[in-house]
Amino acid sequence: MSETRFTKDHEWIRLDGTVGTCGITDYAQQQLGDVVFVELPEIGRKVAKGEQTAVVESVKAAAEIYAPVGGEVVATNAAIVDEPAKVNAAAMGDAWFFRLRLADPREFAALMSDAEYQRFVEGLQ
Amino acid sequence: MSHSSDLARAASAPASPVVTATGHRGLDREEALIFELDAEGRSGVDLPEPPPVTPRLGGLARRRPIGLPGLAEPQVVRHYVRLSRRNYAIDLGLYPLGSCTMKHNPRLNEKLARLPGFADLHPLQPEETTQGALRLMHELTHWLTTLCGMPGVALTPAAGAQGELCGLLCIRAALRAGGDQRQVVLVADSAHGTNPATAAMAGYRVEAVPANARGRVDLQALKARLGPDVAAMMLTNPNTCGLFEDEIAEAAAAVHAAGAFVYCDGANFNALVGRVRPGDLGIDCMHLNLHKTFSTPHGGGGPGSGPVMLAAALAPYAPLPFLLREGERLRLVERREGEAAASFGRMKAFHGQMGMFIRALAYMLSHGGDGLKQVAEDAVLTANYVLARVGDVLSPSFPGPCMHECLFDDRFLKGTGVTTLDFAKALIDEGFHPMTMYFPLVVHGALLIEPTETESLDSLEEFIAALRHLAAEATAGRAERFTGAPHLAPRRRLDETAAARKPVLRWRPPDRPRAAE
Repeated sequence: MSETRFTKDHEWIRLDGTVGTCGITDYAQQQLGDVVFVELPEIGRKVAKGEQTAVVESVKAAAEIYAPVGGEVVATNAAIVDEPAKVNAAAMGDAWFFRLRLADPREFAALMSDAEYQRFVEGLQ
Repeated sequence: MSHSSDLARAASAPASPVVTATGHRGLDREEALIFELDAEGRSGVDLPEPPPVTPRLGGLARRRPIGLPGLAEPQVVRHYVRLSRRNYAIDLGLYPLGSCTMKHNPRLNEKLARLPGFADLHPLQPEETTQGALRLMHELTHWLTTLCGMPGVALTPAAGAQGELCGLLCIRAALRAGGDQRQVVLVADSAHGTNPATAAMAGYRVEAVPANARGRVDLQALKARLGPDVAAMMLTNPNTCGLFEDEIAEAAAAVHAAGAFVYCDGANFNALVGRVRPGDLGIDCMHLNLHKTFSTPHGGGGPGSGPVMLAAALAPYAPLPFLLREGERLRLVERREGEAAASFGRMKAFHGQMGMFIRALAYMLSHGGDGLKQVAEDAVLTANYVLARVGDVLSPSFPGPCMHECLFDDRFLKGTGVTTLDFAKALIDEGFHPMTMYFPLVVHGALLIEPTETESLDSLEEFIAALRHLAAEATAGRAERFTGAPHLAPRRRLDETAAARKPVLRWRPPDRPRAAE
């Protein structure tokens, strides 16, 4: 059973075994507005937790996407580079950004649960 | 007229009882692209047939015409004059772009820049024939170093962002000269967006320093991050929230204690000129935008000019060429030897934007030291006046007073169905260029207004009345006038999303699709 956890920078990560799929939350895509450009990391790159790993750009702003946990990039989602609108349509689903092989599973456990993230977002509004 | 301009016209037409046969609206004429005005065999000049020649270009000879449009001279003149009538410029009205300092360009500057002794100079002329121009540069250097309290200046950078790069390359050269390979540049969250890009381009890893609740650099966070890997700290003062970084001296001392340099983005120097010397704040390096603070044209009228002020520790690394005085003579040091042995190199072919040096010095001399001081005072006064007069209906992000620009966020639009973008577009219908929007990122839905000292009280009152009216309309539930805005401009709202996702970067003839080019 896969589990999804969240960061304060509005990234999500869904863990399957030792690999986590990462993207930006629905709240993040709403705040950004129409996404027009996505830049993804190279496969094989090792990133630390909190390191800038991808870039997303909308008509309003450019934003960095940080690695929710440390690890190695094992896959990226080219479909969102070709069609950035997918990020607005399916932020929590098909429009994932990259997959990481986790260096330390404890980093995942330390992130916010779905309910905690919802409360965090409510606090921002 | 072609299909594409028909489409554009349909999108632009506001509701009107009159539908004209021509598509023009009164004397506001529709305008085709210049390529659409092309006609076979038409030309603005009458040249004799070239004599027959034997081409020696081999396979490099062009096989197709280059596709320039053919037009008669009156057509060309009318085309560009019509387009210019639709433009908006500081010569037409208030231009409140935050962080851009769109101020009046005095006509005296233009008169002096057109003096033939300056205008007809060539950069490759022998130095003994250009002593007057070099003296002007020397005088400009004197004014800039005096105003900034910093001993060195690199005049060559072409604009603000190149100035930033020049500054960071000086810092890098100074550190490397001491065998220091620091990797990180800290950039304040409230700094200009070009700052992190510059640091990355200079080969540094960028780390952000957060803002505190007062919209200034978080001093504790800065101190906590400083260490032997930090090459420089970049900040903007006043920052992009329009606030003076009031702990900058302590921040600079901490940065220096860590062996790093302080870079200040000088784009907002209009708030300080004549009042504060950046060197006194502990700043090691700062670019100035002559096209902002010192009234030379920009926003399409440029070119820009971005001299970089340098502390004594950085001055030896300044780019070539630079000016040196030898008795009564001035010379440009062009080679990396002797007194220029430590220079990091060259950023530009020649000595910088001479025309802008003339305009900027004309501005300084015509204002004098006291006049420049009043520039800063009036720029800060106008921004505070706007803040005070609309603070009850918009949402000021920070309590006043502000410096030369005032920052609002979109709390006042909450629940109205109107966004910052809609509000800005509605301002076009009211006859004003919009303010800066969605920047800085540290507040939600930012609206950043910089009126500058150019505006009279009457002009400010008219702008304030428009802002107050629009705020009242938004809160009264009249969202439709915003979401469809601009209604009265030559073009309606452009589809920025489509323009970014599927950009059309050049015009192509309708009957000659991509493959034929």
